[in-house]
Amino acid sequence: MSDQQQLFKVTIDNITIEVPAGTTILNAARKIGGDVAPPAMCYYSKLEGSGGKCRTCLVEVSKGSEKDPRPMPKLVASCRTTVMDGMEVKNITSEKVLDARAGVVEFLLLNHPLDCPICDQAGECHLQDLSYEHGKEGTRYEFQRRTFKKHDIGPYIQLHMTRCILCYRCVFTADQLTKKREHGVLDRGDHAEIATFIEKSLENDFIGNVIDVCPVGALTDKTFRFKNRVWFLKPVDAHRDCPTCSGRVTLWNRGDEVFRVTARKDEWGEVEDTPDGKPGWICNTCRFEKKKTSDWVIEGPRLINRHSVISQGHYAGKVGTHMPTETFEAVNDGRKPKLLMDIHSVSEVNKPEVQLSLIDGPAHSKVFNQNND
Amino acid sequence: MSKKLLLEKAHVEGIRYFDVYRREGGYRSVEKALKEMSPEAIVEEVKKSGLRGRGGAGFPAGMKWSFIAKPEGVPRHLVCNADESEPGTFKDRYLMEFIPHLLIEGLIVSSFALGSNDTYIYIRGEYAWIVDILEQAITEAKNNGFLGKNILGSGFDCDIHVQRGAGAYICGEETALIESLEGKRGNPRIKPPFPAVKGVWDRPTVVNNVETLAAVVPIINMGGDEYAKIGVGRSTGTKLISACGNINKPGVYEIDMTISVEEFIYSDEYCGGIPNGKKLKACIPGGSSVPILPANLLLKTAKGETRYMNYESLADGGFASGSMMGSGGFIVLDEDQCVVRHTLSLARFYRHESCGQCSPCREGTGWMEKILKNIEYGNGKMSDIDLLWDIQRKIEGNTICPLGDAAAWPVAAAIRHFRDEFEWHVLNPEESQERNYGLAHYADPIHVPVG
Repeated sequence: MSDQQQLFKVTIDNITIEVPAGTTILNAARKIGGDVAPPAMCYYSKLEGSGGKCRTCLVEVSKGSEKDPRPMPKLVASCRTTVMDGMEVKNITSEKVLDARAGVVEFLLLNHPLDCPICDQAGECHLQDLSYEHGKEGTRYEFQRRTFKKHDIGPYIQLHMTRCILCYRCVFTADQLTKKREHGVLDRGDHAEIATFIEKSLENDFIGNVIDVCPVGALTDKTFRFKNRVWFLKPVDAHRDCPTCSGRVTLWNRGDEVFRVTARKDEWGEVEDTPDGKPGWICNTCRFEKKKTSDWVIEGPRLINRHSVISQGHYAGKVGTHMPTETFEAVNDGRKPKLLMDIHSVSEVNKPEVQLSLIDGPAHSKVFNQNND
Repeated sequence: MSKKLLLEKAHVEGIRYFDVYRREGGYRSVEKALKEMSPEAIVEEVKKSGLRGRGGAGFPAGMKWSFIAKPEGVPRHLVCNADESEPGTFKDRYLMEFIPHLLIEGLIVSSFALGSNDTYIYIRGEYAWIVDILEQAITEAKNNGFLGKNILGSGFDCDIHVQRGAGAYICGEETALIESLEGKRGNPRIKPPFPAVKGVWDRPTVVNNVETLAAVVPIINMGGDEYAKIGVGRSTGTKLISACGNINKPGVYEIDMTISVEEFIYSDEYCGGIPNGKKLKACIPGGSSVPILPANLLLKTAKGETRYMNYESLADGGFASGSMMGSGGFIVLDEDQCVVRHTLSLARFYRHESCGQCSPCREGTGWMEKILKNIEYGNGKMSDIDLLWDIQRKIEGNTICPLGDAAAWPVAAAIRHFRDEFEWHVLNPEESQERNYGLAHYADPIHVPVG
């Protein structure tokens, strides 16, 4: 056992960390966190065989290992390269890496329609984040962007092939989560596309997870299509007793209304593990059918990275706006606020029994209607 | 007349059939290898011969063989890469079509050396008629006891299976070939693990080019040391060159790597000069993916020395002023050819053949083709040339497999050596539609710095 737990020392951007043998450079960098972690569009730690395709996670290995200190001749894909003892890696400290990464971002955006204003993924799109953080402000591409014939892949999932960056995540998901994979990559080169053979719909209890793994807006939830923007929604953790899956989800609410249901995602945008250590994939029933708050046991607000547009001005807690805990009296030396006019005496809309300060987020008409009857 | 090892008997009548091939001394190496030598001794012999991979990269074959992992109880495989799809390269086709038993013989010996009981030939789908030729040769070899169970009483079993590809250039890359052989989409795998550790069905696998495996036969027959004496320096043995383009005698030639490029192009024994008294403008010495060279840099290196047809001399000067031996597809362009148009057709090929797995190659190849099309058809801008340079720089080295490099190098070399022809196209959009830039200064002697 002690052999397997051998620790390797690896230095990434001058920060040294010890990781078990067999860890990839990317996962070692994620342990350090922050800007040191290279962006990954195709790698998904929960999917076997993913990674190596998008080339955004390229890093420079300036020292191979303690035994063989030669640097690697080319930039390597950090998601598929395992660390060696004494390895030295340069990520954001390497000009070469930043240059290559800017190139990859340009390539990824080359044929991307940039239809963010009408894309449901906007706000939680990895390609948006990537191009914001690593891309250039303009494009040098002057040609028509490629388009595809539209395929209908069923009642739940919407496929926008023009937005796809061919990360293969959904193919791996269907391969590894379901017994029968119906979609794959047809054709090759820049006309390769995700499609079914021929014109089938994706029908499987777990196929909805392809929406969660898609880093861009190529696969979106049809039941949520054009309903709302993700940053107007309030994510809350919830669970239910589901016979097919873990039933641990994030509800995206506005008021009491459940707009959509997704799996819980960690800080890297990947599906979180359940307490028993398995990835918390959710079934189609939980995702598409259970759209009432009464279906769920609410656990509490979901913590979202404070840099995300989703966490802007939402709720109390670790992130977002801070709800004051001190009362008016305490701040004003025991003086009570002077009531100039009681709004309830003149307004029919507001109800005195509804305590606005106790509602999380914006008040909804239902809040008042419920209390009325 | 240089020494011929592979094609020596290629034109004996009926050499395609077992009886004639055997009468001409065929299958001697199998007898020698299986009866007198151990697998390790064969690998050692190939190492001594200095044989380098003939598929393009020129990696020493003996070294590659010695890397194969040998875990207990796991079968190993030898795969013959006959997916010859590089524009300008057609040497393997010639070899397999005219003297198929040479390949089968080399495969048996190599399989014995590597311990492969099931050996595969992955052949390009377009070579449909060669599949029949190979299968007939395999059947004949089997009927005469050189294949199948207990070959020549040595206790070694070997079967050779021919698998047709479906016409994808990318399946000539060894890991994509393995994927395709397994029946999957021909996407290159991410290395490591290398095929020598995890190849076909996760078993240790060696993938070699047709010509490399055929060259094992003379190595066993004459001994590695003897073979190493042919050729020059680290370029040992003979090499098949498939010459095409503006030459009098296109075809496949076997050379012993001691002749100069000039002799190869102009001597009657080989290409026989350029037709209609035209002048040499440029040449791609090793298949479409290697850098193109203008006439002055092709015949003489940047140091002013004569350039020879071997691995080291062709690569002299690096990519700044040299090229590569590659797979031996020798494409000659005369003064009437347009380098821009030529580069466009290569870019179109690589765009079409990119597998689309990794983003720089998928998006970059298409972009380069569109820009080249603009320049060629008189819609180019001066900034496009710099843009092309920047795109190829961002593709090269950043992809999973060498196809990205192969797509970037021809464009890079064309701009490096023929930039003024690109500029002429941009500045004279109308004139460039009617006439070619011509020879210009590309054959002028280059200035060699003293010392």
